[in-house]
Amino acid sequence: MLFKLGSLLMKPGAKMALLAFALVFPFLAANEYQVYVMASAFVWAIAVYGLNIITGYCGQLNLAHGGFFAIGAYTLGLLTADAGWSFWPAFVAALVMTAVLGFFVGIVSLRLKEHYFAIFTLCVGFIIYLLIDKWEELTHGPIGVRDIAAPSGFGLVDFTETTPFYYLVLAFLVFSIWFMGRLSRSLLGRTFIAIRNGDELAQSLGINLMRNKVLAFVLSTTYAGLAGALYAGMVRFIGPEEANINHTFDMITYLLVGGIGTLTGPLLGTVGIVWITQSLQFLEEYRMIIFGPLLVILVIFFPRGITGQFLTWMHHKAQSLAPGKKQKASKVQTASAREAENNA
Amino acid sequence: MNLFFQQIINGLTLGSIYGLVALGLTLVYGILHIPNFAHGALYMVGAFMSYFFMTDLGMHYWIAMAGSAAVVAVLAILCERLVFHPLRNSPPIHDKIAAIGILLFLEAVVQMFWGSDFRRLSSPFTGIMNFDGLIIPEQRLLIIVGAFALVIALQLFLRKTMTGATIIAMAQSREGAFLVGIDANRVAMMTFAISGVLAAVAASLYAPINLVYPAMGHLVIMKAFVIIILGGMGSIPGAIAGGMIIGFAEAFGGFYISTAYKDIIAFGLLVLILSVRPQGLFAKGAH
Repeated sequence: MLFKLGSLLMKPGAKMALLAFALVFPFLAANEYQVYVMASAFVWAIAVYGLNIITGYCGQLNLAHGGFFAIGAYTLGLLTADAGWSFWPAFVAALVMTAVLGFFVGIVSLRLKEHYFAIFTLCVGFIIYLLIDKWEELTHGPIGVRDIAAPSGFGLVDFTETTPFYYLVLAFLVFSIWFMGRLSRSLLGRTFIAIRNGDELAQSLGINLMRNKVLAFVLSTTYAGLAGALYAGMVRFIGPEEANINHTFDMITYLLVGGIGTLTGPLLGTVGIVWITQSLQFLEEYRMIIFGPLLVILVIFFPRGITGQFLTWMHHKAQSLAPGKKQKASKVQTASAREAENNA
Repeated sequence: MNLFFQQIINGLTLGSIYGLVALGLTLVYGILHIPNFAHGALYMVGAFMSYFFMTDLGMHYWIAMAGSAAVVAVLAILCERLVFHPLRNSPPIHDKIAAIGILLFLEAVVQMFWGSDFRRLSSPFTGIMNFDGLIIPEQRLLIIVGAFALVIALQLFLRKTMTGATIIAMAQSREGAFLVGIDANRVAMMTFAISGVLAAVAASLYAPINLVYPAMGHLVIMKAFVIIILGGMGSIPGAIAGGMIIGFAEAFGGFYISTAYKDIIAFGLLVLILSVRPQGLFAKGAH
């Protein structure tokens, strides 16, 4: 019972309520712009889920994530605008592209540990930015890519409208979260967590570090590519700024505020911050004056973010409700609750 | 021949600046094992402080540089006290994220006061020296001489004074340093202050031949990271040698290969070297 209390956010009821809210949101929204903002928040949330796989579960700080987002966006943009592909084949190509590039970057970068990995990926992200900015024959350089195709609705739906596109993004988001939930409860997800908690210990359990890390990396870059491709289909105009390192920093903020290594964290953090930023429009340029110190305060005092903090709080409350239990039993509960937090 | 010589001067100038920034980074890493992503922001604040002291308060170039070094040193100490010290027992990923938080904050603050326009810092050394047809702008000469003087002064401080020796001791072995009664807090603050001074001086020296803007630290800090990985993280001679390697690679690569891609050269070099030797060029043993 305590286990269930401790993982309230995992309850099917809470999940259904969130989903129902997301489904009726376009009817509740005051105007189309709000729907658009929500759709873009969902797109970023998908990318943040990707970052959560490699950074949250596997413990490797990947600073090239924004770069892979841009690769997804550019693959779709260039294939539809310049090569004349229609949206869906280009969409699949974008996923394949980010996965393949993720694989090659992964097998080189994941040989490095901790700081070296973070710095290496920082450089990879910057190389991606510079290539997009300078390789004008391919990417049009600073001019960017225009006339990107919108998703074709096969004559049934018109995805150039905001509301249908919102539902399309929502569908992908739900799929992403579902996949993430399956992953985090599977043996593979536990393997990733084991790697985060201790490289050497995981290795001594017979876990193949390299293979699992590369798999986590490829999954995360594919998520980034998915988000990037959706983003390109939504705004229909992209430039080198999509690969700016600040996007990666934004995503880290979303992830940390929501709760790193949790299942609901990326969604809560992204949607929450996107709306706060929206409602404080005048802050747009200076939002980092708040979010910078917020990041620092979070890692010092609340390293597990909103979701993690909430789960810990629920767990403490549950423990104080049941004081008469045997110590042994409570130890087991602590362990299982911690696991629930890990997976939540 | 003359053009070739110009590239040597360019390489030395770039190498000196990169070396100074990388030195600060490598000192902090050696003591606290933190890759300080906020170091580039300290560099940027250093340039803006010099700009502020010179244009708004009308100070002389040298006094402005000293003032900027003092401000950035205090700022670096504050970072250590308020952010990295409370995080000393956290998982390493938290230090990195907190450093990114500082970086974002400092950039936003500078942008609030000065906007994102490009500015120019004027230097009293605008002349050109001519040695038998070999032309060296005074500011570049100043950068090279200044950087070498600073490195030598730092070496003397670290090797010949007691306070400097505590830093070296701490970098060699934390536990050993504690055993002989070295105050870890004092060493950490001092190291951050030195790294801040190095960053501010490098920025003030380089700003007159470059531009001053809030994002100016990005490229420099990334190159400084490349340098300390090449040179072995925590190694002082490695930072200087690595700075020169990257400086020359950029100067010659930019001239003989392609100007547009000259910024990629450093990162390409890093990717290439780490692919072959994951522990860096000069590092003893893997990390």
